[in-house]
Amino acid sequence: MTQPFRTSEGGRIDRQRPIAFEFDGRRLTGCHSDTLASALLANGVHLVGRSFKYHRPRGIVSAGAEEPNALVTIDRGNGRITPNLRATQAELYDGMRARSQNRFPSLSFDLGAVSNAISPLLSAGFYYKTFMWPRSFWRHVYEPAIRAAAGLGRAPAAADPDRYLQQYMHCDVLIIGAGPAGLAAALAAAARKARVVVCDEQAELGGSLLTENSEVEGKPASDWLVNALHMLRDADVMLLPRTTAFGWFPGNMIGAVQRVTDHLPDPHPRLPRERLWHIRAREVVVAAGAVERPLVFSGNDRPGVMLADAARTYLLRYGVKVGSRVVVAAESDSAYAAAVALRQAGIAIVAMVDRRPAASDVARSSGLPVRIAASIADTSGSLRINRATLSNGEKISCDALLMCGGWIPTVHLFAQSREKLRFDEALQAFLPGVWTGHARCAGACNGAFDLTACIEEGYAAGGANGQPQRARHPECAPALPPSVHKGMAFVDFQNDVTIKDLRTATQEGFRSIEHVKRYTTTGMATDQGKLANLNALAIVADLLHQPIPRIGHTTFRMPYTPVTFGALAGSARGDLFEPVRRTPMHDQVAALGAVFENVGTWQRARYFPQGSEDMHRAVARECRAVRNAVGMFDATTLGKIEVTGPDAAEFLDRIYTGSLSRLAPGRCRYGLLLTEAGYVLDDGVIARLGPDRFHVTTTTNGAASVLHHMEDYRQTEFPELRVWLTSVTEQWAVIALQGPLARQAIASHVQDIDLAPDALPHMSVREGHICGVPARLFRVSFTGELGYEINVPADHGPMVWQAIHAGNVTAYGTETMHVLRAEKGYIVVGQETDGTVIPSDVGLGWTIGREKPDFVGKRSLARPDMLRHDRKQLVGLLSADLLEEGAQVISDGAGIGHVTSAYWSETLQSPIALGLIAAGRSRIGEILHVPMPDRTIAVRVTDPVFYDRQGARLHG
Amino acid sequence: MRFSIFSLLRHAIGGTPWPEQWRSPEPKAAYDVVIIGAGGHGLATAYYLAREHGIRRVAVLERGWLGGGNTGRNTTVIRSNYLRDESAAIYEHALKLWETLAQELNYNVMYSPRGVMMLAHSVHEAQVFKRHVHANRLNGVDNEWLTPSEAKAFCPPLNISPDLRYPILGAALQRRGGVARHDAVAWGYARGANALGVDIIQNCEVTGISRMPSGPVNAVETTRGRIAARKVAVVAAGHTSVVLAMAGVRMPLESYPLQALVSEPVKPVLPCVVMSNSIHAYISQSDKGELVIGAATDAYVSYSQAGGLHVAEHTLEAICELFPTFRRLRMLRNWGGIVDVTPDRSPIIGLTPVPGLYVNCGWGTGGFKATPGSGHVFAATIARGEPHPIVAPFALERFRTGALIDEAAAAAVAH
Ligand SMILES: Cc1cc2nc3c(=O)[nH]c(=O)nc-3n(C[C@H](O)[C@H](O)[C@H](O)COP(=O)(O)OP(=O)(O)OC[C@H]3O[C@@H](n4cnc5c(N)ncnc54)[C@H](O)[C@@H]3O)c2cc1C
Repeated sequence: MTQPFRTSEGGRIDRQRPIAFEFDGRRLTGCHSDTLASALLANGVHLVGRSFKYHRPRGIVSAGAEEPNALVTIDRGNGRITPNLRATQAELYDGMRARSQNRFPSLSFDLGAVSNAISPLLSAGFYYKTFMWPRSFWRHVYEPAIRAAAGLGRAPAAADPDRYLQQYMHCDVLIIGAGPAGLAAALAAAARKARVVVCDEQAELGGSLLTENSEVEGKPASDWLVNALHMLRDADVMLLPRTTAFGWFPGNMIGAVQRVTDHLPDPHPRLPRERLWHIRAREVVVAAGAVERPLVFSGNDRPGVMLADAARTYLLRYGVKVGSRVVVAAESDSAYAAAVALRQAGIAIVAMVDRRPAASDVARSSGLPVRIAASIADTSGSLRINRATLSNGEKISCDALLMCGGWIPTVHLFAQSREKLRFDEALQAFLPGVWTGHARCAGACNGAFDLTACIEEGYAAGGANGQPQRARHPECAPALPPSVHKGMAFVDFQNDVTIKDLRTATQEGFRSIEHVKRYTTTGMATDQGKLANLNALAIVADLLHQPIPRIGHTTFRMPYTPVTFGALAGSARGDLFEPVRRTPMHDQVAALGAVFENVGTWQRARYFPQGSEDMHRAVARECRAVRNAVGMFDATTLGKIEVTGPDAAEFLDRIYTGSLSRLAPGRCRYGLLLTEAGYVLDDGVIARLGPDRFHVTTTTNGAASVLHHMEDYRQTEFPELRVWLTSVTEQWAVIALQGPLARQAIASHVQDIDLAPDALPHMSVREGHICGVPARLFRVSFTGELGYEINVPADHGPMVWQAIHAGNVTAYGTETMHVLRAEKGYIVVGQETDGTVIPSDVGLGWTIGREKPDFVGKRSLARPDMLRHDRKQLVGLLSADLLEEGAQVISDGAGIGHVTSAYWSETLQSPIALGLIAAGRSRIGEILHVPMPDRTIAVRVTDPVFYDRQGARLHG
Repeated sequence: MRFSIFSLLRHAIGGTPWPEQWRSPEPKAAYDVVIIGAGGHGLATAYYLAREHGIRRVAVLERGWLGGGNTGRNTTVIRSNYLRDESAAIYEHALKLWETLAQELNYNVMYSPRGVMMLAHSVHEAQVFKRHVHANRLNGVDNEWLTPSEAKAFCPPLNISPDLRYPILGAALQRRGGVARHDAVAWGYARGANALGVDIIQNCEVTGISRMPSGPVNAVETTRGRIAARKVAVVAAGHTSVVLAMAGVRMPLESYPLQALVSEPVKPVLPCVVMSNSIHAYISQSDKGELVIGAATDAYVSYSQAGGLHVAEHTLEAICELFPTFRRLRMLRNWGGIVDVTPDRSPIIGLTPVPGLYVNCGWGTGGFKATPGSGHVFAATIARGEPHPIVAPFALERFRTGALIDEAAAAAVAH
C-alpha cells in the first residue's frame, strides 16, 4: 500500500479496490469510497490550494460542504472540465484528474504570493482607496491586473457535452439530511403512512452515524443504521443520496440537485450528469446537522490546521490519519472525543490546548496532555504546519493542529423558508426560532448534540403532530469570543479576511453586519461563509461592544451550495430551448425552397428564392405576381381568438376602438386595441359569425398578449359580461390568396360559398366548405388587391395548400407581404407603432366609434398631449436611395422623426418608405433630410398611400 | 483625509487606525432638507445639495443600512444609448459624471467602460437597434452596429452559430458603457456627503409625513422621532408609493421583484457586458471573477424579495444557449430587489402636488446607471424649487398630460 497515512483497518472505504488518480499531474492511489480529500490526506498531501487574495498555501480544513480551501478543477476531458469543486465532496473514481487552482507556476511555488508580502497594504477595502490616478490607468492597467489576479479556476473552453434533467415531485414529508435525526424522522413519518422522501448530499446515507462508535437504542450505531435504511426501503420511502437541497421557495417548494454521474469513471452516455428536483412537500423536516466552528488565531490557515471533527471523520470513515503528531485546540468538549479517537488509532496527541478557564470533567478524565486556560498564539511551517506556539510561550512541534470552537447548526435552509432564527446564548449560535407546521428542524441543526436527543427529536419531527421538543443540553460548552492576536488570524479562509480587516471596517464606520460583510468580503466566498460568518459576527459584536443578537446575521441566500448552471437550465437547450412553432403547411412551404425567419416563437417563410435569386430578386418577382396575377401566403401564425357569448359584442365594443355591436353577421371590420394609456397595442380583423360569435385576429406576436389583455379586462373590469375567450390560433390553418386573379384561383375549390362580388364583398366572411373540408372564408386584404383568407382545420391545411398551389399560384413570404402593405400605407404594429403612437398618428382615427360611451384607452386620448398638432404622424417618404429603417429624419438640424419602414417598390419602380414625422401631414411636399454616417439623403414627404389611393383594386 | 496609495502606505507602515468614512449621528431636531432613502440616488442628491448648492443642513434617513436597497443589489450595467431624446439627455449626463466620479469623490467606484453589447435575434430587433444607433448619433451618444462576427470578436465566448434557436443577427455596442462597483458608489457618496456636513441616519424608518394646515410639508415622523424639515425628498425606490401615500400622494408605480445571481469566481472569460432582450438575460463578469447575471422582473407585483426558482432557471437557459461553455459553472448566490416600475418605464423626478415635497423614483430595473446624473439634477431641482431642464420632461405631471417617455416600448429593455 502506497498510502502512508492510511490505517490498516477500519473505516468505510474498501481497501481491496484501489483507485488510481492524479493531482497536479502526480499519480496517486486511493480506495473505493474515498473522497478526493481523504485520498490526498491518505497520501500525506495537505497542501491543496492557494487563497484568493494573498495566495497563501492552504490545506484541507473540513470533510464536507463547508470546505473553504480545498477547491480543485476536475478534468474529465472534452469540455468536461469543472472548476472550483470541493475536494471534500468529490468522490474518487478511477482515473480522476484533479488540479489545484489560482497559482502560477505551481502550487508549492506561486508567484502570486508576493501579495502576501505586501498584505498590510491590501487591508479591507484597499481597492476603494487607490488605483484612481492617473484616470485612464483604471481601465487599462489596474483593472486588468486585478482581474487577472482574481478568479479561482478557469471556465472550460469547450461547450459542455453533458445532459441535465429536471424532475418534479410531490410528497407528504421531505426530510433533508439522513443522519440519526433525519432517519428517525423518516421512520416516524413512514410509520404514519405518509409519502416520504429523504435526501442527503453525501454518497452514503447515515450522516454522523457513519462515524459513530457508540450504541443507539441498544445496538451498535452501524447496525441501527442498516436496520433503519432497511425499514425505510421496505416502507417505499424514496431515498436520494448525493442530493443537495439547495433552496427553499414559496409554498414549501424545495430545489434539490442530485449528482448522477460525477462519481462514475465511465458513466453510461444516456445518464444525465445531474438531475434537478423541484419537490413540493406538505411538510419539510430539516435535519441538516451542524458544522464545527473553527478558531481564529494567528497562523490558523496553515496546511495541517483543520477541524477536529473532520480529523475524526477522516479517521473513522476513511481510515486516514491526518498527521502523526497532533495538537488539538479545544474550546468545547467535543474536541476530546476526536482526540481520544485519534489516540486510539495510535496518533500522538502532543497537546490538548483548552482555552476554557477550568478543566471540564471530560478534560480531566481524558488522560490527554491538557493545557488549561491556554490557547494557540501562532503557528509556523512554510507549506505545512510544523510548530504551534501557545499563549504561555510553549512551542510544540506537530504536523497537524485540530480546532474545535463548538458547533454551528446548519440553519441555512430553515432561514430561507423565511422563518425567524433566534440566538442561543448557551450555544453561542443561531437556532431555528418558532417553527410552523410546514417547516420543522431536528437534531444538530436544531441544537441537539446528544445522539439520543437527536433521535428523539427526529421521531417527534416526523410524527403526525410533530412538535419536536428541544433537547437543551448541548454537550459542547459555549464558544468563547475569539481571542484577538497580532499577525494574520483568518476569519474567512477563502477570501483572506483577518481579524484586522474586521477591525478596520468597524473603525471606518461599517457597523451593520451587512456593511462589514461587503467591505471585507467576509462570507462572500464560494462557501458562503459557512465557517466564517459566526466568528465574524462574534468579533464584530466584541469590537462594537454589542450583544450578538443586536447585530443580527446576514441573509441566508439560496443556494446552500453552488448549483450547476446546466442543471438549472435543464433540457432547455438547442431545439428544446424554446420549441419552434411551425405551421401545418411548413413542409410544403419548405419544399418550395422558402427561407425562414423567426417571428416570435414561430418560423415564417420570408421569401421563396428560385434558382440563383437573392432576396431582392425573389421579392420583386413575388410582388409582381401578386399585383398582376395572384399569390398565396401562409398566414397561419396570425393570432385567432374566438369571442362568444351573449355579451360578446358589448365586450368587443369596450376593448376595440370601433363599434362592433353594429357589425352585421357575415361582415368584418378592421380593429385597433389601445392600452389604458391610449396607445396602439395591436390590430386585427374582427369577423362576426353570428349574433353571439366573433372570430378575431391579432398580429403574430400579439396573439398571447392580446388574449391576456382581454382576459385581464374580462376578469377584473367587466366581470358582469357573459363572454368567453378561446385561443384558436392553432385550430385553423390560414392561406391568404391575394391578387387580381385570386377569385379564379380558389373558385374551383370552394363548394358552397357564393364568391360573386355582391354576395361576398370586401370585408365579409362566410362559413362553408373548401376542398371538401369545413372552412371559414374571409374576403380581406393586406396587399390592396382582391384577397381572400381561407381558414380550414389545421390538419387540412397541407391538402388545401397543395390543391391551390397546383393551380399555378405564386407563393410569397413575409418580405413581399411587407412591401405590398407598405405600398398601401398599411401599418405593422411594432414597426409603425412603438408604444407612443395613438390611432390618429397613423391615420387610423377613423376606426374610433365616436358615439361609443367608452372603450379601453378612450379617456387617455383626451389628454392634452394627445391633442397636440406637432405629434409625430405617419407619412410616406420618397427618396432616390433606399433608406434604412430606423434612420432619423431632420429638419433644420433638429430630429423630427424616423423611418419606420423602407423597401424597394417593384410596383412603383422606386424606393419607398414610411416614417413618423412631427406634424408630418402638414409637411407633405416638403424636403427633409436623413443623415447617415457617411452622407445625408434628401427625402420628399408624401401621403403614406403610394398605390391605388382610391382602393379600387380591393373591390375587384 | 484623502485616499491614495500614500495614505495606504502610511497606514500599512504606521498601523494607525483609519478615520470613519461617515459618522453615525443622532438626528437633529430640524433640517433644511430631509432625504428619505440612503440609496445611491438619495446619497448623491445629498452630496450635490451640499457641494453645488451650499445646502448642508441635510439629513438622509435610511430605514436599514445605507446602500442596502437596490443600489446594493443591482447588476450595475451602465449605458446611455437610450432612444428618446429626454432619456439620452439624463443618462448621458450621468455617463459623463461616471467618467470622473472616482476622482470627484476620491473613492474608487471602479467605473469600467468595457462596452455594453445588446444582441439582436430577429429582423425586427435589428431594426429597433439600428433606430437606436441613428437616434444616438444625433444626440452625440456613441452606439454602433456590429455584425455577428464583429460581436464575436468583441466577446469571444459568445455563440454566434446560425443553428441557435434565436441566432444572433447583429448587436448594438456602446463602448463607453460598462459596469461599476455598486457598494462603492453608495459609500463614496456617503463619505463625500458626510464630509460636507450631511447627517446620514441609518436604522431610521420614516413612518409619516407631516404637513402644515396650508398644505406644505414641515416634518417627517420616524422610528427615531419627529424631524422637522423645510423640504422633504423621497428617494425610496420600490417603497416610494408607500412613503408618498403618507403625504396623501398616489403614485403611478407598480413594485415587482427583480432577481439576479452570480457564479463562483473564475479567471477572466467575459470582457464586456452582453444583454439579450428577446431571450431575457444579461451578463458581465465582476472584477472578482464572478459572472453577474440578471433576468426580467417576476410576472406579478410583490414586495417579497424572494423570487421563484423558475426565474433563475429561465435566465440560465438563455445564458447557456448564448455561452455554452458556461454550462458547467455554478450559481453561487441568488437574490432579488423590489423595483418601482412606471407605466412608461421612465423615472419620475421633480415636484409633487404637495409643496416642499419632492420625489425621485420609478427607475425600475435600470436606475443604477443614472445615479450620479439623477442626484445632480435632482439636487438642483430641490435647491431651486423648480425642475432642472433635464428633469422637466420626467415630471409626475406627464401621466396627466400624456407626454410619456416610453423606452420600454421602443426597446423592451431597461437595464
Ligand atoms: C436585481 C437588480 C438588478 C438591477 N440591475 C441594474 C443594472 O444592471 N443597471 C442599472 O442601471 N440598474 C439596475 N437595477 C436598478 C437599480 O438598482 C435601481 O434603479 C437603483 O439602484 C435605485 O437606486 P435608489 O437609490 O433609487 O434606490 P435604493 O438603493 O433601493 O434606495 C432606496 C432606499 O430607501 C430606503 N427606504 C425605503 N422606505 C423607507 C422609509 N420609509 N424610511 C427610510 N428609508 C426608506 C430603502 O431602505 C433603500 O435603502 C437593478 C435592480 C435590481 C433589483
